[in-house]
This record gives sequence, structure tokens and C-alpha cells, in this order.
Amino acid sequence: MSTEQYLPLVALVALPILGGLLVSLLPKGNPTLPKQVALVISLLTLALGVVVGLAFDPSAADRFQLGASWDWIPAWGVSFALGVDGISLVLILMTAILVPVCILGGWADADATAGSPRGYFAWILVLEGLVLGVFAATDVFLFYVLFEAMLIPMYFLIGRYGGAQRQYAAVKFFLYSLAGGLLMLAALIGLWVVSGDQLGAGTFDYAALVGLDIPVETQKWLFLGFFIAFAIKAPLWPLHTWLPDAASEAPPSSSVLLVGVLDKVGTFGMLRLCLPLFPDASKYFTPVIIVLSIVGIVYGALLAIGQTDLKRLIAYTSISHFGFIALGIFAMTSQGQSGATLYMVNHGFSIAALFLIVGFMATRRGSRMVADFGGVQKVAPVLAGAFLVAGLSSLALPGLSSFVSEFLVLAGTFTRYPVAAVVATLGIVLAALYILLMYQRTMTGPVRPGVEGMPDLRGREVLAIAPVLAIILALGFFPQVALDIINPSVDQTMTAVGSTDPAPVVAEGK
Amino acid sequence: MAVITTALSIATEGAPNPGEVVAASGTFTLTALLIAIPLASAALLLLLGRRADRWGHLLGTLAAAASAVLGVVLLVAMMGQPEDARTIGQSLWTWIDVGSFTADVALQLDPLSISFVLLITIVGTLIHVYSIGYMAHDPDRRRFFAYLNLFIAAMLLLVLADNYLLLYVGWEGVGLASYLLIGFWYRKPSAATAAKKAFVVNRVGDVGLSLAIMIMFATMGTFTFSGVNEAIGSVDPDTTTWLGLALLLAACGKSAQFPLQSWLLDAMEGPTPVSALIHAATMVTAGVYLIVRSNAIFDLTETAQLAVVVVGTITLLMGAIIGTAKDDIKKGLAGSTMSQIGYMVLAAGLGPAGYVFAIFHLLTHGMFKAGLFLGAGSVMHGMNDDVNMRHYGALRAVMTITWATFGLGFLAIIGIPPFAGFWSKDEIIKVAFAVHPVAGVAALLGAGVTAFYMTRMMAMTFHGKARWEPDVHPHESPAVMTVPMMVLALGSVFGGLVLLFVGNIEEWLAPVVGFEKAEPGIPVPLLIGLTMAVVVVGAVIGWRQYAMREVPRMAPTQVSWATRAARADLYGDAVNEAVFMRPGQYLTRTLVWTDNKVIDGAVNGTAAGIGGLSARSRRWQSGYVRSYALSMLLGAVVIGAVLALVRFA
Repeated sequence: MSTEQYLPLVALVALPILGGLLVSLLPKGNPTLPKQVALVISLLTLALGVVVGLAFDPSAADRFQLGASWDWIPAWGVSFALGVDGISLVLILMTAILVPVCILGGWADADATAGSPRGYFAWILVLEGLVLGVFAATDVFLFYVLFEAMLIPMYFLIGRYGGAQRQYAAVKFFLYSLAGGLLMLAALIGLWVVSGDQLGAGTFDYAALVGLDIPVETQKWLFLGFFIAFAIKAPLWPLHTWLPDAASEAPPSSSVLLVGVLDKVGTFGMLRLCLPLFPDASKYFTPVIIVLSIVGIVYGALLAIGQTDLKRLIAYTSISHFGFIALGIFAMTSQGQSGATLYMVNHGFSIAALFLIVGFMATRRGSRMVADFGGVQKVAPVLAGAFLVAGLSSLALPGLSSFVSEFLVLAGTFTRYPVAAVVATLGIVLAALYILLMYQRTMTGPVRPGVEGMPDLRGREVLAIAPVLAIILALGFFPQVALDIINPSVDQTMTAVGSTDPAPVVAEGK
Repeated sequence: MAVITTALSIATEGAPNPGEVVAASGTFTLTALLIAIPLASAALLLLLGRRADRWGHLLGTLAAAASAVLGVVLLVAMMGQPEDARTIGQSLWTWIDVGSFTADVALQLDPLSISFVLLITIVGTLIHVYSIGYMAHDPDRRRFFAYLNLFIAAMLLLVLADNYLLLYVGWEGVGLASYLLIGFWYRKPSAATAAKKAFVVNRVGDVGLSLAIMIMFATMGTFTFSGVNEAIGSVDPDTTTWLGLALLLAACGKSAQFPLQSWLLDAMEGPTPVSALIHAATMVTAGVYLIVRSNAIFDLTETAQLAVVVVGTITLLMGAIIGTAKDDIKKGLAGSTMSQIGYMVLAAGLGPAGYVFAIFHLLTHGMFKAGLFLGAGSVMHGMNDDVNMRHYGALRAVMTITWATFGLGFLAIIGIPPFAGFWSKDEIIKVAFAVHPVAGVAALLGAGVTAFYMTRMMAMTFHGKARWEPDVHPHESPAVMTVPMMVLALGSVFGGLVLLFVGNIEEWLAPVVGFEKAEPGIPVPLLIGLTMAVVVVGAVIGWRQYAMREVPRMAPTQVSWATRAARADLYGDAVNEAVFMRPGQYLTRTLVWTDNKVIDGAVNGTAAGIGGLSARSRRWQSGYVRSYALSMLLGAVVIGAVLALVRFA
């Protein structure tokens, strides 16, 4: 850890949390003010994110840069330590971009609810700060605390501002996450004990923990504790059933933050903690996880096809996509892991566009059931067009961002697990089905009763969606901008796990 | 068998020698503009929306024309190059670079790709012009031109990419344009369904392309054309075969070949210019391009080549048989397209003896079939968009230009010398007889069936007695539509002669795809005579049946099983529904039920208990206090657990 404390990163985490506090203290009676303040704070946070991004040097030898660290609980070896590598940086930037998009897109999400807009936007900002903290934490205890703390704002966002079944969904989300969190806590303490045995004093410092030489049997138990927590968060099949409820009951902007941002902490954790800390266990469990990922890819896609509720449908597509991400991570190739990291970013943007647009549709129509729509393209062509682009991104159309990441995951998997990659390509076909069926049923055909007067996207909504679609297109043709940041960190992860890319067969033969 | 082995031994000698890839300089640096111009136009038309309604069609046409002019300039520049310096590479930027996985946005212009560029841009421009008239009364004409431009850009990217991954972008890009244009009249449920079906069936094929690229990367560490051509020789034969089969799957999807043919007939829901450009002249032939472009792979795997021949042969017969039973003029032509592409695929499976003729037929077919479709569109234009040929008849008198241009296309497709189709189809039949006589016989029979269904179409539409609906007043189309038809008719007449004798298509393409002459086991004049005889017999039967006899206005219902099968597209959809769709729907329904009841069951049980508790608490506590209470309780549990565990640790 460098002696110099890099404060912009600390400010990046603190600003939205303090901003959330500020929003919660705004005077009652003016419902627009909290939205405006929250938007300004989220944009300032984004600006700070850009500052951090520009300060980061992908070609530097140090994996973690821009660090800042203070002792927190010295007796336990806990410090408040932040720092970023390429993987966390791209996720931080994604989060910082998506929050203002969500605030703008979710401008009216709290209006018709029992809760106050103040509270809604305050919780969103607090959530942002906590998630940014999780991505930036280089102390595993800090990671854990923030990981658990994220639950609280999300719980209120769903439970207070959600749809009719919000209580059920929020509690289910909370219980699931709590169960995972407790397993992780147990593993965390185990890890601390091991570090104490080996280093003389227990520590939670990431770099020190990666350097441990943990016996394989112990690794397996500790790995499971972390992995199950992350697999619930991500979520992987069969630990997914909380997601459709939570994502469909949450207000649209919260669904975006839940599925697009918060859930990424799960797959991020696998890549950041599970693999480097427990390399032997990771390899031991790889076959099982690959199978679960593939099942998730196909299962999520099939379930998406069978849904009648637009938001549930999109939630199930995410289960399929999280399968791809986990597959890429555990393929243990640089293409797989860089692809998976890029997938996390790209999925964030396409899911944001999908959930927000479905939210706009649901607000207008008063229903989010597929059957209540039809012929929307006629009355709201801009909305339909944006929905199509978002959908095409979700089905990974070449030329859009998701294609690059999905193909990298598949190619990176194929070099090591060809059968798994072949089965996963089924997801390509099913994705075309679930997206285009949804589009056909809602947007085409004769205009359904109840859809006639539906207004097209308004200025504020366009302002929220347009940047997302622009990023989806730009990253489709210029993904290397992100990959240049991601690649070095993935290489270091691969080194930590002791894994190298398989050489092409032809080269081997020579 | 001796014939086959000689032909195959020739095949291995006919390896192409394209020379090194030369970096683009001078005129060739403009290559990227071919794609950029129509792409920019498409983006502009889509983003401006209604504001561009007044002039959108003009900009779109201009963009296509600009690409066509540039294409001609590039062709001239290329002809000025020595033969071994005609493969020109233009690298634009690094697209993806992870570990050893490298893909650039880089273009390759060579005699094969420039041939496609000219077909796409020139036929494309003609169809743009035609569409100005055809779509004149459609309120969404601007959107139509935006999609057409998008298609042109994607199709050019497909043929200009220098690696398989970038080709994939063009490949699905044309699929998207096709989806948007088939479903252009999206308020018609049948159009929306057809569009989705086309995309999904194509996606099945695209899995093949994905797998092919993965195999290339895993075995050779590269998927550029030049890299694969170089390394493929060291790949073990089984892998090469799998690679070939994966590429064939991709080709089947895009080119509507058996068993992925079912989407093309439904695709006729799109406006007719779309059928002409995308579903006849260009996009559907992309599969042939893919196979020919991958000649280095297929030359090394007899199994995959045989599979290509089998697929091509089955499809050329299937399409022709379907074509005989259709009363819908566009579906008749769609069956014909399937069949003609079957010929090309068959030729592409015949190795270096066939590649150039696959492309030759692709080019002539692009001209005459586009002309036929535009003619069909002109007829529909005059018949209130009725597509049923049983309601046509005797249109020659009122639509003379359409009759003449359609007629020339008809002569070209059935292969009457010296019209375009004669030269290209005849070569395919010859080479097929040399390499795979069984396929040769099928191709010969197919020529007869083609003559039959095309004569039937010609007769039912333009000859015999008028069977028009009472409120229909057929009239010739405006010049903006007939002029493109006349230009394409010129192609139907002279296209074959020009390409063969002026363009020396064999020598032109040989450096890229290789070329060896293969002689059939029977004398060539005899074979040509035989083909002519079969064609004449087919045409005479068709003429006697549909021009000399009365054509009933209602399709007869008392027909043979063969006619019923042909009318039902040889049960392609029935099989898809029975094997994939219905089991798929059942599986999906079962899984939805399972996910809700079984997997979620345990959690639901727990949550139900909590729900019950809170329901009871609701009686004395309104509002959201209970959620606070619950969360505080849970928070306390967490903190307590942390403290307890830490103390023990």
C-alpha cells in the first residue's frame, strides 16, 4: 500500500453517502427538490469517477492503484483501505454512470407510492456509495461490512416503494442475502484465523491474504462460504428464485440498480476473492460451477420465454446472463475472465435500458403484463425503437456491446471446455426467442385497446435512455477502451490462480 | 467412381494463389467509405425521424449510388493491379484484443469481394430507385430507406471483412436488416411473425458460425482469412471436418438451405423490393459466399464437401418442387430462389472445379432474380397488391414493359442460350456430372422442374384469359419502377456473356478461390443437348397446362399427395412445429411451473410463515412500521451473530 493517500477515491465513496444524508434532510413539501439535488450529487459522483478513471494507469505494474488506507480496528488487523484495479474501475464507472441514469429515468418512481421521494432518492445515493465502496475495498473485512450494508438501502427501495407484492419480495431478498452473508461471515472469520496462524497476527488485508498458503481442505470450506454468498447475490441457478420477485416488485430504477449494479458484486466477488484467495479450491469446484452456469444459461432463457410479466421476463434473462458471466470467470482463461468482466459492464447498460423502458410502458399502461400491450410501435415509435435496441443488446447482436463480451466468454470457454461452450451457444438461439417474442407481442400487431393514447418518450426519458444506448453502440465497436483497462487485472488474477491460456492446438503440434 | 477420383485429384492441384495481402494505398484507402456512406445515411434517416420524411428516400438512394460509383472506381483500380497484388487489406482499428484473441476492424478487397460489392451496390441502387415509386404512398417510406441503407452497409461489411468475427457483424447485421424489413408492415401479425421466425432460424445457423470461429481460435489461434488459409493445413482432419460442417450450418441458415429453409417463404411478407434485394439477389447468397470464401477449409475435408453437395442437391430439388405448387407469385419465386441457391451451394461443394461457377451463378441469378421480383412487384402494383396468380392472366397487353422484362428474366432462369442463366447453370450441371454424377442428374432434373414452374408463372400471369377481380384495373408501373426493371433485364440477357467472355470470371476469381477445369464423364455437347431437352419438356408441359387450358380461379382441392406436400412447403414447418416448437412450449410451461412451485417452494414456505406473522401484525399496526421492525430485528441478529462468532474465533 503506498504511503500517499489518494483522496478522490475516498471522496467518490463518501460523496453519494453524504449526499444521501443531505437529501434525506431536505425540507418536506417540495417533491422535486430531492430529485434535483440527488441528480446533481450523482453527476458530481460521476465526475469524480471520471477523475479517478483518468488517474488510473492500466499499464502500471501495481495491480491496485490510487490507494488510501487508515487503521480501523488494529486489534483485528482491519483497516479502512480502498484502491482500484482495472476490474473494479470499470464496474465503478458503470455504477457512476447508471445512477444518474436511474435518477433521471426513475424521476416519478416514488411519486405514486406511500414513501416520500426524499427517502427514495436518499436511499439510492446511499446504495451507490456502498456499492462503490464494495468495488473499491482492498480490505476484506471492509468488503464484507459494505456487502452486508448494501442490503439495507435495497431492502427499503423494494419494500417501501415497490409494487403490490413488495413486502414479500423484499423479505425474500433480505432472507436470501442474509443467509449468504452469514456463510460469508463464517468463512471470513476462518480466513482471519488462518492468516493469524500463518502470519503471526490476523489480517484482512487483501494483498496479504492472497499471499497465504492455505491447505486445500481448508480452502474448500472457505471457498464455499464466500462462493455461496456470491452465487446468491449474482444469482446463479438454483439460488435465483428471489431475483424475479425482487426485480419485478422493485420500482424500475431500483430494479436497474439491483440487477445491473448490486448483483454484479456477486460475480465481482468471485473474481476478486474466490479465485485468488482459494486457487486450489476454485479449480476443485470448477466443474460443478461450470455445470451450474450452463444450466443457468439455458434455464434462465427458457423461463424468460415462458413469462407473462415483462419485468419478470427481463429478470430471468439476467439469470441466463449471469450464467454466462460465471462461466467466463471459471473458464480460467484470459478471454473468459476479461469477457466476463466486460459482460458485467455491458449487462448493466442493457438491463438498465430494458428495465427503464418497461417501467415507462408500465407507468403509461398501468400494467406490466405482456398481454396488455400490442402495437406500441404505432403509437410510440421512439419508445419501441429504443426498446428494440436494448433488446438486441440483450440478445448480443454483433455490433452491440454484449456481443463482444458474450463471444469472448464463449471463445475463452471453448479453448478449455468445448462441450460447455457448445451447450452455452444454445443460449444464443434462446435469447433471440425471448427478446423477439417479447418485442413482437408488445410492439407489433394491431394497436391494443388501452394502448391507443400511449404517449411516446418524453424529453427526460430520452435524456436517460439515449446515453445508455450510445454506450451500448460505442462499446460494440470500441470495446478495447474497456478491455485495455480490464486485461492487466485479469492477467494478474490468472497468475494468482496459477492458470494460463491453452495454446492453439496447431502451435502445440509444431 | 473413377471420374470422382480424377476430379478430386484435380481439386487438390487447383489451390488458389492470391499472393500477399497488400496494404491499401491510393484509391484503395476509400474502401471503408463503401460501408461508411450507406451506414451514415441510415443513421441520419433513423435519428432525424419524421423531419427527414420529405427527402429521406432521395438521400438513401444517393447513398447507395455513391457506394456503387465507388465500387466501380475500385474495380477499375483493381484491374490495374497485377494478378498477385489484387488482395488489398485496409486495417482500421483494433477491435478486440485479449490475450492471444485478436480481432481487428479490417477490410479485405479482392476479386471475390469486389464482385459482391458491385452486385450489392448496383442491384441495390436499382432497387432503391424502384422503391421510390413502389413505396411512394407508404407513410413510412423514410424508415424503409433507412433500413435498406442499413442493409447495404451490413452486407458490404459481410463481404469486405478480413476475418470471420467481423464477417459475423455483417452476417447478423444483414439478419437484423432482414428482420426489420420483413416486419416492415409490423401491424400485420403475419409480417411480425415472419420477421421473428427469420431471425430465430437464422440464429440457429449463426450458432454454426460462432462454433466455427471458436474452433478456429482454439486450434489455430486466429480467425482471419489469411491466417486460417495458412494454418489450416496443420489442423487435424477431424477438426477440419467439424469446422466445415459448422460453416455449412451457418450457410444453411442464411441461405435458406435444407434443413433451415423454412423462413424464406414466410419472408415474402416483406415489401417486394426487399424480397428482390435481400431475399433473392444478395443476403440469401451470403452462405454461398461463406463456403467459397472458406475454400481452403473445404478443400481439405471431403466429408464436409459431400455434406455441402447433399444439402445443395436436396434444396435445389425441394425449392423447385415447392415452386411448382405455389399460386402466390412471390412464394413461387421464393421457392425458386431456394432452388437456385441450392445450385450454387452444390457448386460450392464441388471444390475448385465449382467455386467460380457458384459465384458466377450467384451473380447472374442476382440480376435475373432481382428483375423477376421487381416484375412481380410491378404486377402487384397494378393488381391492388393481389399476389394470387389465379387472379392474374392476360396481363401482357396492359403491362407490356413488365411482361418483356419479366420474360427476359424467365428466359435467363430457365437457361435458354444465350441468356445469363444458361451459361452459369450449365457450367454447374457439367461440373456436377464430373464430380458427383448423382448430384449432376438431380441438377439436370431440377432444370426441367425450373422450366416448368417458371413457365407456369409466366403463363398464369401474362397469358391465357384474364381472371381479374372485378374492381381491379391493371396498369403499367411508372418509369421510376420500369427503368430499373429494364436495366436488370439487360443483365438477364447479357450478364452471362459479359461475365464469362469479357470479364473472364474464371481467371478473375481463380487467384482467390482456385480453379481447375473438370470434364464430365459424358461428352459436353450431349450434356448440353440433354439439358436443353429437359428444359424444353418442362416448359412445354407448363405451357400446355397453364396457357392453353383454363386456369381455375380457385385452387383445385382434389389434388395428388405430391401437390399437397408441395403446397405445404414439403412439411418443413410441420416438422419444425412437431420437433421443436410444441415440445419447447411444453418444456417452457413445465419449467415455469417447476420454478414457481418446486425450486421456490422451500423459500416460499419460510416466507409464507413470515407473511402470516406480518399479516397478523397488520391488524394492530398499519403503515410500514412492521418492515422497520422486521429489518431491525434482522439487523440485530446479524450484529449479534458477528459478535458471537468473533468472540469464539
